[in-house]
Amino acid sequence: MATAIEASALVKTYPPDVRALDGLSLSVQTGTIFALLGPNGAGKSTTVRILTTLSRADGGSARVAGIDVLEDPVGVRQAIGVVGQKHGSDPEATGRENLALQCEFHGISGREARARVGEALASFGLEHAAERRVKTYSGGMQRRLDVAMGLLHRPQVLFLDEPTTGLDPEARAEMWREIERLADEEEMTILLTTHYLEEADRLASQLAIVDGGRVVVEGAPAELKSETWPSLEAVYLHHTGRLHEHADTEGAVHAI
Amino acid sequence: MTRVRQTWQVTMRGVRVLVRQPAYLGITLTQPIIWLLLFGALFKAIATIPGFRGGSYIDFLTPGIVVMLAISSAGWTGMGFIEDINGGVMDRMLTSPVWRGALNAGTVLYAVLTIVIQSALIALLALALGADYKGGVGGVLILIVLAGLLGAAFASLSNGLAVLTRQRETLIGAVSAVVLPLTFLSSALMQQSLVPAWIRAVAKFNPVNWAAQAGRSAAMEHIDWGLVGSRLGLLAALALVCGVLATRAFDAYQRSL
Repeated sequence: MATAIEASALVKTYPPDVRALDGLSLSVQTGTIFALLGPNGAGKSTTVRILTTLSRADGGSARVAGIDVLEDPVGVRQAIGVVGQKHGSDPEATGRENLALQCEFHGISGREARARVGEALASFGLEHAAERRVKTYSGGMQRRLDVAMGLLHRPQVLFLDEPTTGLDPEARAEMWREIERLADEEEMTILLTTHYLEEADRLASQLAIVDGGRVVVEGAPAELKSETWPSLEAVYLHHTGRLHEHADTEGAVHAI
Repeated sequence: MTRVRQTWQVTMRGVRVLVRQPAYLGITLTQPIIWLLLFGALFKAIATIPGFRGGSYIDFLTPGIVVMLAISSAGWTGMGFIEDINGGVMDRMLTSPVWRGALNAGTVLYAVLTIVIQSALIALLALALGADYKGGVGGVLILIVLAGLLGAAFASLSNGLAVLTRQRETLIGAVSAVVLPLTFLSSALMQQSLVPAWIRAVAKFNPVNWAAQAGRSAAMEHIDWGLVGSRLGLLAALALVCGVLATRAFDAYQRSL
Protein backbone atom coordinates (compact mmCIF):
# COMPACT_ATOMS: atom_id res chain seq x y z
CA MET A 1 0.00 0.00 0.00
CA ALA A 2 1.31 3.48 -0.85
CA THR A 3 2.22 6.03 1.78
CA ALA A 4 0.25 9.29 1.70
CA ILE A 5 2.01 11.03 4.57
CA GLU A 6 5.57 10.38 5.65
CA ALA A 7 7.18 12.45 8.39
CA SER A 8 10.58 11.63 9.72
CA ALA A 9 12.40 13.04 12.75
CA LEU A 10 10.56 16.38 12.70
CA VAL A 11 12.02 18.94 15.07
CA LYS A 12 10.46 22.31 15.83
CA THR A 13 11.61 24.74 18.48
CA TYR A 14 10.05 28.02 19.50
CA PRO A 15 12.02 30.80 21.13
CA PRO A 16 13.36 30.93 23.77
CA ASP A 17 13.77 27.16 24.06
CA VAL A 18 10.45 25.36 23.75
CA ARG A 19 10.94 22.12 21.88
CA ALA A 20 7.48 21.54 20.40
CA LEU A 21 8.56 18.62 18.24
CA ASP A 22 11.47 16.43 19.26
CA GLY A 23 12.06 13.94 16.48
CA LEU A 24 8.47 13.09 15.57
CA SER A 25 8.00 10.47 12.88
CA LEU A 26 4.85 9.01 11.44
CA SER A 27 3.61 7.28 8.35
CA VAL A 28 0.06 7.18 7.01
CA GLN A 29 -1.09 4.70 4.38
CA THR A 30 -3.14 5.95 1.44
CA GLY A 31 -6.87 5.72 1.94
CA THR A 32 -6.79 5.30 5.71
CA ILE A 33 -7.78 7.42 8.68
CA PHE A 34 -4.94 8.21 11.05
CA ALA A 35 -5.52 9.86 14.43
CA LEU A 36 -3.04 11.91 16.46
CA LEU A 37 -3.84 11.87 20.15
CA GLY A 38 -2.12 13.57 23.01
CA PRO A 39 -2.40 16.17 25.75
CA ASN A 40 -2.45 19.89 25.01
CA GLY A 41 0.97 21.11 23.93
CA ALA A 42 2.09 17.61 22.94
CA GLY A 43 2.84 18.71 19.39
CA LYS A 44 -0.29 17.61 17.49
CA SER A 45 -1.12 20.99 16.01
CA THR A 46 2.53 21.78 15.30
CA THR A 47 2.72 18.54 13.32
CA VAL A 48 -0.37 19.48 11.32
CA ARG A 49 1.00 22.98 10.67
CA ILE A 50 4.23 21.53 9.29
CA LEU A 51 2.52 18.89 7.15
CA THR A 52 0.12 21.48 5.71
CA THR A 53 3.03 23.85 4.79
CA LEU A 54 1.82 26.53 7.19
CA SER A 55 4.96 26.22 9.27
CA ARG A 56 8.47 24.90 8.59
CA ALA A 57 10.27 22.29 10.64
CA ASP A 58 13.73 23.13 11.97
CA GLY A 59 14.82 19.57 11.32
CA GLY A 60 13.63 16.38 9.70
CA SER A 61 11.65 15.96 6.52
CA ALA A 62 8.09 15.33 5.42
CA ARG A 63 6.32 14.27 2.27
CA VAL A 64 2.58 14.61 1.70
CA ALA A 65 0.94 12.96 -1.31
CA GLY A 66 4.47 12.14 -2.44
CA ILE A 67 5.56 15.80 -2.44
CA ASP A 68 8.23 17.26 -0.17
CA VAL A 69 6.71 20.00 2.00
CA LEU A 70 9.84 22.17 1.87
CA GLU A 71 10.77 21.68 -1.78
CA ASP A 72 7.31 22.20 -3.26
CA PRO A 73 4.90 23.72 -0.74
CA VAL A 74 2.55 24.92 -3.50
CA GLY A 75 2.33 21.38 -4.86
CA VAL A 76 1.41 20.11 -1.41
CA ARG A 77 -1.22 22.85 -1.01
CA GLN A 78 -2.86 21.73 -4.25
CA ALA A 79 -3.02 18.14 -3.03
CA ILE A 80 -4.35 18.70 0.49
CA GLY A 81 -7.49 19.91 2.19
CA VAL A 82 -7.16 21.54 5.59
CA VAL A 83 -9.79 22.03 8.25
CA GLY A 84 -8.18 23.97 11.07
CA GLN A 85 -8.97 24.04 14.74
CA LYS A 86 -10.51 27.48 14.37
CA HIS A 87 -13.27 28.21 11.90
CA GLY A 88 -11.67 29.09 8.62
CA SER A 89 -14.73 30.74 7.13
CA ASP A 90 -15.35 34.46 6.82
CA PRO A 91 -18.21 35.29 9.22
CA GLU A 92 -19.25 38.36 7.21
CA ALA A 93 -19.68 36.40 3.97
CA THR A 94 -22.41 33.90 3.13
CA GLY A 95 -21.79 30.18 2.92
CA ARG A 96 -21.93 30.31 -0.87
CA GLU A 97 -19.49 33.24 -1.04
CA ASN A 98 -17.04 31.45 1.26
CA LEU A 99 -17.12 28.35 -0.91
CA ALA A 100 -16.80 30.33 -4.13
CA LEU A 101 -13.76 32.24 -2.84
CA GLN A 102 -12.10 29.01 -1.75
CA CYS A 103 -12.63 27.65 -5.29
CA GLU A 104 -10.87 30.72 -6.69
CA PHE A 105 -7.96 30.16 -4.31
CA HIS A 106 -7.56 26.74 -5.91
CA GLY A 107 -7.79 28.17 -9.40
CA ILE A 108 -11.32 26.87 -9.98
CA SER A 109 -13.67 29.48 -11.41
CA GLY A 110 -16.71 30.08 -13.56
CA ARG A 111 -19.20 27.31 -14.27
CA GLU A 112 -17.01 24.62 -12.72
CA ALA A 113 -16.78 26.61 -9.48
CA ARG A 114 -20.55 27.20 -9.37
CA ALA A 115 -21.21 23.50 -9.89
CA ARG A 116 -18.82 22.46 -7.12
CA VAL A 117 -20.21 25.05 -4.70
CA GLY A 118 -23.72 23.78 -5.41
CA GLU A 119 -22.68 20.16 -4.83
CA ALA A 120 -20.87 21.06 -1.61
CA LEU A 121 -23.88 22.94 -0.24
CA ALA A 122 -26.14 20.01 -1.06
CA SER A 123 -23.94 17.26 0.31
CA PHE A 124 -23.32 19.10 3.59
CA GLY A 125 -26.95 20.07 4.07
CA LEU A 126 -26.30 23.79 3.81
CA GLU A 127 -28.49 24.65 0.82
CA HIS A 128 -31.13 26.38 2.94
CA ALA A 129 -28.45 28.55 4.54
CA ALA A 130 -26.38 29.22 1.40
CA GLU A 131 -27.28 32.92 1.20
CA ARG A 132 -27.01 33.57 4.93
CA ARG A 133 -23.92 35.07 6.50
CA VAL A 134 -21.81 32.52 8.32
CA LYS A 135 -21.96 34.44 11.60
CA THR A 136 -25.61 33.37 11.83
CA TYR A 137 -24.70 29.66 11.51
CA SER A 138 -24.78 27.21 14.41
CA GLY A 139 -21.52 25.59 15.50
CA GLY A 140 -22.37 22.38 13.66
CA MET A 141 -23.25 24.23 10.45
CA GLN A 142 -20.00 26.21 10.58
CA ARG A 143 -18.04 23.01 11.05
CA ARG A 144 -19.79 21.38 8.08
CA LEU A 145 -18.97 24.46 5.99
CA ASP A 146 -15.32 24.24 7.11
CA VAL A 147 -15.14 20.63 5.93
CA ALA A 148 -16.95 21.47 2.69
CA MET A 149 -14.40 24.23 2.03
CA GLY A 150 -11.57 21.79 2.62
CA LEU A 151 -12.97 19.35 0.06
CA LEU A 152 -13.91 21.62 -2.87
CA HIS A 153 -10.78 20.89 -4.88
CA ARG A 154 -11.04 17.13 -4.23
CA PRO A 155 -7.83 16.75 -2.25
CA GLN A 156 -5.95 13.47 -1.94
CA VAL A 157 -5.14 14.06 1.71
CA LEU A 158 -7.40 15.76 4.24
CA PHE A 159 -6.18 17.24 7.54
CA LEU A 160 -8.73 17.69 10.29
CA ASP A 161 -7.45 19.50 13.38
CA GLU A 162 -9.88 18.66 16.19
CA PRO A 163 -12.87 18.45 13.86
CA THR A 164 -15.50 17.83 16.53
CA THR A 165 -14.28 20.00 19.41
CA GLY A 166 -17.16 22.11 20.65
CA LEU A 167 -19.84 20.19 18.76
CA ASP A 168 -22.89 18.74 20.47
CA PRO A 169 -23.20 14.93 20.43
CA GLU A 170 -25.58 14.92 17.49
CA ALA A 171 -23.36 17.12 15.33
CA ARG A 172 -20.36 15.05 16.38
CA ALA A 173 -22.01 11.79 15.29
CA GLU A 174 -22.91 13.39 11.98
CA MET A 175 -19.30 14.54 11.46
CA TRP A 176 -18.07 11.03 12.24
CA ARG A 177 -20.34 9.55 9.59
CA GLU A 178 -19.08 12.10 7.08
CA ILE A 179 -15.42 11.36 7.86
CA GLU A 180 -16.03 7.62 7.49
CA ARG A 181 -17.81 8.18 4.20
CA LEU A 182 -14.89 10.21 2.83
CA ALA A 183 -12.42 7.47 3.67
CA ASP A 184 -14.63 4.61 2.44
CA GLU A 185 -16.25 6.05 -0.68
CA GLU A 186 -13.76 8.71 -1.77
CA GLU A 187 -10.73 6.70 -0.68
CA MET A 188 -9.29 9.81 0.85
CA THR A 189 -6.39 9.75 3.28
CA ILE A 190 -7.36 11.55 6.47
CA LEU A 191 -5.14 12.69 9.30
CA LEU A 192 -7.09 13.95 12.27
CA THR A 193 -6.06 15.25 15.66
CA THR A 194 -8.47 14.79 18.47
CA HIS A 195 -9.01 15.15 22.19
CA TYR A 196 -11.58 12.38 22.19
CA LEU A 197 -10.30 8.86 22.61
CA GLU A 198 -13.61 7.41 21.50
CA GLU A 199 -13.30 9.41 18.28
CA ALA A 200 -9.90 7.92 17.50
CA ASP A 201 -11.12 4.48 18.55
CA ARG A 202 -14.10 4.60 16.27
CA LEU A 203 -12.64 6.31 13.18
CA ALA A 204 -8.95 5.57 12.95
CA SER A 205 -7.39 2.45 11.54
CA GLN A 206 -4.07 3.64 12.96
CA LEU A 207 -3.37 6.07 15.76
CA ALA A 208 -0.36 7.64 17.39
CA ILE A 209 -0.20 9.04 20.90
CA VAL A 210 2.05 12.10 20.97
CA ASP A 211 3.68 13.45 24.10
CA GLY A 212 6.59 15.84 24.55
CA GLY A 213 6.92 16.33 20.81
CA ARG A 214 7.38 12.68 19.87
CA VAL A 215 5.24 9.65 19.19
CA VAL A 216 5.16 7.54 22.32
CA VAL A 217 3.07 4.71 20.91
CA GLU A 218 1.60 3.91 17.53
CA GLY A 219 -0.64 1.19 16.17
CA ALA A 220 -4.15 0.08 15.38
CA PRO A 221 -6.56 0.81 18.26
CA ALA A 222 -7.26 -2.91 18.69
CA GLU A 223 -3.55 -3.78 18.82
CA LEU A 224 -2.81 -1.18 21.47
CA LYS A 225 -5.42 -2.53 23.83
CA SER A 226 -4.30 -5.56 25.76
CA GLU A 227 -5.23 -7.51 28.84
CA THR A 228 -3.15 -5.14 30.94
CA TRP A 229 -4.58 -2.00 29.35
CA PRO A 230 -7.96 -2.99 28.00
CA SER A 231 -9.15 0.45 26.99
CA LEU A 232 -7.64 3.38 25.08
CA GLU A 233 -7.97 5.42 28.28
CA ALA A 234 -5.69 2.97 30.02
CA VAL A 235 -3.24 2.91 27.10
CA TYR A 236 -3.20 6.69 27.10
CA LEU A 237 -2.61 6.89 30.84
CA HIS A 238 0.16 4.32 30.65
CA HIS A 239 2.05 6.12 27.87
CA THR A 240 1.58 9.74 28.84
CA GLY A 241 1.39 9.36 32.60
CA ARG A 242 -1.71 11.49 32.47
CA LEU A 243 -5.41 10.91 32.57
CA HIS A 244 -7.02 11.90 29.34
CA GLU A 245 -8.81 15.21 29.84
CA HIS A 246 -12.02 13.87 28.37
CA ALA A 247 -11.59 10.39 29.71
CA ASP A 248 -14.09 8.61 31.81
CA THR A 249 -11.82 8.84 34.84
CA GLU A 250 -13.49 6.10 36.80
CA GLY A 251 -13.30 3.73 33.85
CA ALA A 252 -9.62 4.40 33.31
CA VAL A 253 -8.71 3.93 36.94
CA HIS A 254 -10.88 0.88 37.18
CA ALA A 255 -9.19 -0.58 34.12
CA ILE A 256 -5.82 -0.33 35.82
CA MET B 1 -4.51 35.55 -15.21
CA THR B 2 -5.27 33.42 -12.17
CA ARG B 3 -3.40 36.01 -10.10
CA VAL B 4 -5.54 38.84 -11.41
CA ARG B 5 -8.72 36.81 -10.79
CA GLN B 6 -7.66 35.95 -7.26
CA THR B 7 -6.78 39.58 -6.51
CA TRP B 8 -10.18 40.72 -7.73
CA GLN B 9 -12.00 38.04 -5.71
CA VAL B 10 -10.21 39.19 -2.56
CA THR B 11 -11.23 42.77 -3.38
CA MET B 12 -14.85 41.67 -3.86
CA ARG B 13 -14.82 40.10 -0.40
CA GLY B 14 -14.37 43.62 1.01
CA VAL B 15 -16.75 45.23 -1.47
CA ARG B 16 -19.58 42.84 -0.47
CA VAL B 17 -19.19 43.82 3.19
CA LEU B 18 -19.23 47.50 2.21
CA VAL B 19 -22.36 47.06 0.06
CA ARG B 20 -24.12 45.33 2.97
CA GLN B 21 -23.07 48.03 5.43
CA PRO B 22 -22.67 51.27 3.47
CA ALA B 23 -23.04 53.18 6.74
CA TYR B 24 -19.41 52.24 7.39
CA LEU B 25 -18.36 54.58 4.60
CA GLY B 26 -20.23 57.40 6.30
CA ILE B 27 -18.60 56.68 9.66
CA THR B 28 -15.10 56.81 8.18
CA LEU B 29 -16.02 60.06 6.41
CA THR B 30 -16.98 61.94 9.57
CA GLN B 31 -13.34 62.61 10.43
CA PRO B 32 -12.30 64.23 7.12
CA ILE B 33 -15.56 66.17 7.06
CA ILE B 34 -14.80 67.55 10.50
CA TRP B 35 -11.23 68.40 9.45
CA LEU B 36 -12.46 70.18 6.37
CA LEU B 37 -15.07 72.19 8.28
CA LEU B 38 -12.96 72.92 11.37
CA PHE B 39 -9.59 73.55 9.75
CA GLY B 40 -11.34 75.51 7.03
CA ALA B 41 -12.95 77.79 9.59
CA LEU B 42 -10.06 77.89 12.07
CA PHE B 43 -7.35 78.79 9.60
CA LYS B 44 -9.42 80.92 7.22
CA ALA B 45 -7.24 83.95 7.97
CA ILE B 46 -4.16 82.16 6.60
CA ALA B 47 -5.17 83.29 3.14
CA THR B 48 -4.56 86.91 4.25
CA ILE B 49 -0.98 86.28 5.48
CA PRO B 50 1.50 88.17 3.33
CA GLY B 51 3.23 85.70 1.05
CA PHE B 52 0.26 83.30 0.82
CA ARG B 53 -0.33 82.71 -2.83
CA GLY B 54 -3.51 81.63 -4.48
CA GLY B 55 -7.13 82.10 -3.50
CA SER B 56 -9.07 81.11 -0.43
CA TYR B 57 -7.88 78.72 2.27
CA ILE B 58 -10.54 76.15 1.31
CA ASP B 59 -8.89 75.96 -2.13
CA PHE B 60 -5.57 75.32 -0.46
CA LEU B 61 -6.93 72.95 2.19
CA THR B 62 -9.08 70.59 0.08
CA PRO B 63 -6.21 68.62 -1.54
CA GLY B 64 -4.56 68.45 1.89
CA ILE B 65 -7.66 66.94 3.49
CA VAL B 66 -8.00 64.46 0.62
CA VAL B 67 -4.45 63.11 1.08
CA MET B 68 -4.87 63.11 4.86
CA LEU B 69 -8.01 61.02 4.55
CA ALA B 70 -6.17 58.68 2.17
CA ILE B 71 -3.48 57.79 4.71
CA SER B 72 -5.78 57.60 7.69
CA SER B 73 -8.32 55.46 5.84
CA ALA B 74 -5.61 53.20 4.38
CA GLY B 75 -4.01 52.82 7.80
CA TRP B 76 -6.88 50.63 9.01
CA THR B 77 -6.59 48.13 6.15
CA GLY B 78 -4.53 45.70 8.23
CA MET B 79 -7.39 45.27 10.72
CA GLY B 80 -8.98 42.82 8.30
CA PHE B 81 -5.93 40.56 8.40
CA ILE B 82 -5.79 40.68 12.20
CA GLU B 83 -9.40 39.45 12.26
CA ASP B 84 -8.52 36.82 9.65
CA ILE B 85 -5.61 35.62 11.80
CA ASN B 86 -7.72 35.47 14.96
CA GLY B 87 -10.61 33.73 13.20
CA GLY B 88 -8.53 31.06 11.44
CA VAL B 89 -9.25 32.52 7.99
CA MET B 90 -5.60 33.45 7.44
CA ASP B 91 -4.30 29.95 8.10
CA ARG B 92 -6.92 28.50 5.77
CA MET B 93 -5.90 30.92 3.01
CA LEU B 94 -2.19 30.24 3.53
CA THR B 95 -2.64 26.46 3.30
CA SER B 96 -4.32 26.95 -0.09
CA PRO B 97 -2.27 27.54 -3.25
CA VAL B 98 -3.57 31.11 -3.57
CA TRP B 99 -0.98 33.61 -4.80
CA ARG B 100 0.22 35.51 -1.68
CA GLY B 101 0.37 38.74 -3.65
CA ALA B 102 -3.39 38.50 -4.25
CA LEU B 103 -4.12 38.53 -0.51
CA ASN B 104 -2.29 41.85 -0.15
CA ALA B 105 -3.15 43.40 -3.51
CA GLY B 106 -6.83 42.47 -3.18
CA THR B 107 -7.24 44.19 0.17
CA VAL B 108 -5.15 47.17 -1.02
CA LEU B 109 -7.35 47.55 -4.08
CA TYR B 110 -10.41 47.51 -1.84
CA ALA B 111 -8.82 50.22 0.33
CA VAL B 112 -8.13 52.29 -2.79
CA LEU B 113 -11.74 51.92 -3.95
CA THR B 114 -13.03 53.26 -0.63
CA ILE B 115 -10.49 56.12 -0.75
CA VAL B 116 -11.66 57.04 -4.26
CA ILE B 117 -15.28 57.20 -3.07
CA GLN B 118 -14.36 59.15 0.06
CA SER B 119 -12.14 61.58 -1.87
CA ALA B 120 -14.87 62.26 -4.40
CA LEU B 121 -17.38 62.97 -1.63
CA ILE B 122 -14.96 65.32 0.15
CA ALA B 123 -14.23 67.09 -3.14
CA LEU B 124 -17.99 67.60 -3.59
CA LEU B 125 -18.37 68.90 -0.04
CA ALA B 126 -15.49 71.35 -0.62
CA LEU B 127 -17.20 72.49 -3.80
CA ALA B 128 -20.31 73.26 -1.76
CA LEU B 129 -18.08 75.20 0.66
CA GLY B 130 -16.84 77.35 -2.20
CA ALA B 131 -13.70 75.58 -3.44
CA ASP B 132 -12.70 76.73 -6.89
CA TYR B 133 -11.34 73.84 -8.97
CA LYS B 134 -9.28 75.66 -11.58
CA GLY B 135 -8.05 72.30 -12.90
CA GLY B 136 -11.62 71.21 -13.63
CA VAL B 137 -12.91 67.65 -13.37
CA GLY B 138 -9.68 66.30 -14.86
CA GLY B 139 -7.65 68.02 -12.17
CA VAL B 140 -9.84 66.56 -9.43
CA LEU B 141 -9.46 63.11 -10.98
CA ILE B 142 -5.67 63.46 -10.88
CA LEU B 143 -5.91 64.47 -7.22
CA ILE B 144 -7.98 61.34 -6.54
CA VAL B 145 -5.48 59.12 -8.39
CA LEU B 146 -2.64 60.61 -6.32
CA ALA B 147 -4.62 59.97 -3.12
CA GLY B 148 -5.30 56.40 -4.30
CA LEU B 149 -1.61 55.66 -4.93
CA LEU B 150 -0.62 57.17 -1.59
CA GLY B 151 -3.38 55.14 0.07
CA ALA B 152 -2.20 51.96 -1.70
CA ALA B 153 1.28 52.38 -0.21
CA PHE B 154 -0.08 52.95 3.29
CA ALA B 155 -2.59 50.11 2.98
CA SER B 156 0.27 47.72 2.17
CA LEU B 157 2.29 49.00 5.13
CA SER B 158 -0.75 48.53 7.35
CA ASN B 159 -1.21 44.97 6.08
CA GLY B 160 2.45 44.15 6.61
CA LEU B 161 2.45 45.55 10.13
CA ALA B 162 -0.77 43.68 10.95
CA VAL B 163 0.56 40.34 9.74
CA LEU B 164 3.87 40.79 11.58
CA THR B 165 2.48 42.00 14.92
CA ARG B 166 -1.07 40.52 14.86
CA GLN B 167 -2.17 43.18 17.34
CA ARG B 168 -4.93 45.73 16.96
CA GLU B 169 -3.26 47.98 19.54
CA THR B 170 -0.06 48.17 17.48
CA LEU B 171 -1.98 49.16 14.39
CA ILE B 172 -4.03 51.77 16.24
CA GLY B 173 -0.81 53.15 17.74
CA ALA B 174 0.93 53.23 14.38
CA VAL B 175 -1.94 55.02 12.63
CA SER B 176 -2.18 57.69 15.32
CA ALA B 177 1.61 58.07 15.45
CA VAL B 178 1.91 58.50 11.70
CA VAL B 179 -1.10 60.38 10.30
CA LEU B 180 -0.79 63.74 12.05
CA PRO B 181 3.03 64.11 11.94
CA LEU B 182 3.18 63.22 8.25
CA THR B 183 0.34 65.67 7.57
CA PHE B 184 2.01 68.48 9.52
CA LEU B 185 5.38 67.75 7.88
CA SER B 186 3.84 68.44 4.49
CA SER B 187 2.07 71.18 2.62
CA ALA B 188 -1.31 69.60 3.37
CA LEU B 189 -2.40 72.39 5.73
CA MET B 190 0.15 75.14 5.18
CA GLN B 191 1.99 76.64 2.25
CA GLN B 192 5.63 75.51 2.19
CA SER B 193 7.10 79.04 1.86
CA LEU B 194 5.50 79.91 5.21
CA VAL B 195 6.86 76.99 7.27
CA PRO B 196 10.28 76.61 8.97
CA ALA B 197 13.12 75.54 6.68
CA TRP B 198 13.60 72.19 8.43
CA ILE B 199 9.97 71.20 7.81
CA ARG B 200 10.43 72.16 4.16
CA ALA B 201 13.51 69.95 4.03
CA VAL B 202 11.74 66.97 5.59
CA ALA B 203 8.67 67.46 3.43
CA LYS B 204 10.68 66.84 0.26
CA PHE B 205 10.93 63.18 1.30
CA ASN B 206 7.40 62.89 2.64
CA PRO B 207 5.04 60.98 0.30
CA VAL B 208 2.09 62.84 1.84
CA ASN B 209 3.67 66.05 0.61
CA TRP B 210 4.26 64.60 -2.86
CA ALA B 211 0.55 63.84 -3.15
CA ALA B 212 -0.59 67.13 -1.57
CA GLN B 213 1.58 69.36 -3.78
CA ALA B 214 0.88 67.52 -7.01
CA GLY B 215 -2.83 67.21 -6.17
CA ARG B 216 -3.08 70.91 -5.45
CA SER B 217 -1.28 71.76 -8.66
CA ALA B 218 -3.63 69.55 -10.69
CA ALA B 219 -6.95 70.44 -9.09
CA MET B 220 -6.55 74.00 -7.85
CA GLU B 221 -3.88 75.73 -9.89
CA HIS B 222 -2.51 75.93 -13.35
CA ILE B 223 -1.26 72.37 -13.64
CA ASP B 224 2.51 71.81 -13.47
CA TRP B 225 2.90 68.62 -15.49
CA GLY B 226 6.50 68.12 -14.45
CA LEU B 227 5.57 68.13 -10.78
CA VAL B 228 2.41 66.04 -11.23
CA GLY B 229 4.07 63.47 -13.49
CA SER B 230 7.10 62.98 -11.27
CA ARG B 231 4.99 62.67 -8.12
CA LEU B 232 2.65 60.18 -9.80
CA GLY B 233 5.72 58.13 -10.70
CA LEU B 234 7.23 58.35 -7.21
CA LEU B 235 3.96 57.36 -5.54
CA ALA B 236 3.40 54.46 -7.95
CA ALA B 237 6.93 53.18 -7.25
CA LEU B 238 6.37 53.55 -3.50
CA ALA B 239 3.06 51.66 -3.72
CA LEU B 240 4.80 48.84 -5.59
CA VAL B 241 7.69 48.59 -3.10
CA CYS B 242 5.28 48.59 -0.14
CA GLY B 243 3.19 45.92 -1.88
CA VAL B 244 6.21 43.64 -2.30
CA LEU B 245 7.23 44.17 1.34
CA ALA B 246 3.71 43.44 2.60
CA THR B 247 3.55 40.24 0.54
CA ARG B 248 6.84 39.12 2.09
CA ALA B 249 5.34 39.62 5.54
CA PHE B 250 3.32 36.41 5.00
CA ASP B 251 6.58 34.44 4.91
CA ALA B 252 7.68 36.05 8.16
CA TYR B 253 4.28 35.20 9.68
CA GLN B 254 4.59 31.57 8.61
CA ARG B 255 8.15 31.36 9.95
CA SER B 256 6.83 32.45 13.34
CA LEU B 257 4.19 29.70 13.48
